[in-house]
Amino acid sequence: MDWQGQKLAEHLMQILLVSFALGAFVTGYIVGSFQLMLLIYAAGVVLTSLFTVPNWPWFNKHPLTWLEPVEAERHPKPEKPVAPVGKKKSTKQK
Amino acid sequence: MHSFWYRMNALLTFSLTILALLCGLASFSDNFNWPAPVAEVQVLNVNWFKKHPNGNDEVSLTMNISADLQSMFTWNTKQVFVFLAAEYETPKNALNQISLWDDIIPSKEDAKFQIHTTNEYRFTDQGSNLRGKAINLTLHWHVMPKTGKMFADKIVMNGFRLPDQYSR
Repeated sequence: MDWQGQKLAEHLMQILLVSFALGAFVTGYIVGSFQLMLLIYAAGVVLTSLFTVPNWPWFNKHPLTWLEPVEAERHPKPEKPVAPVGKKKSTKQK
Repeated sequence: MHSFWYRMNALLTFSLTILALLCGLASFSDNFNWPAPVAEVQVLNVNWFKKHPNGNDEVSLTMNISADLQSMFTWNTKQVFVFLAAEYETPKNALNQISLWDDIIPSKEDAKFQIHTTNEYRFTDQGSNLRGKAINLTLHWHVMPKTGKMFADKIVMNGFRLPDQYSR
């Protein structure tokens, strides 16, 4: 995903989790069931993870413009040096 | 750039923190419950009352214990542990507390009860002080939560007196 999408995913995750937690607490308290609160919250965690963790297309609405390969062609990568015969020298070539 | 596992980790960690907060809130909500328990104990019979060779008194009682502890159950209550203690004073100890009977109440429906029983645990003194002793029979309870703080309280019932003489 892109930067905007990342920000959106993070915010969405926080808002969704807190909302589910609040809803779970209020519902559990009114009905009087601790187990119900935990179930609603667990369902909320699963739903939120389905919505915000995978790389959905709506998180890629502002894709990054990578440079054309032209620039890279103008500066070719140097060839790897042949291994020297004899003693091992710690020469590193950039 | 955040990866799939980074987002998954952030979500799981955050959800666990929120879960801890939810449990704290649930425990805090117990403070808004005002229990109004009722209890009564009758000593039906002193079965026997003797002195051991080692010098300690022991007595066996049959009692009728009735109580209504329904009001102390909340949505965050796992069970209520209740026990009946005989309490009295001796020259050696300012307070002697002997547990005679206990029970675990798993739900609100079971919290209103009446039982007819002898003491589950032995009523033995440290010494020979029980003849003619005035004792309190106190019902203690511990409200054990599903999460968070445990509340404990008691009802003191006084006016009981052990016999002046040993008996079979």
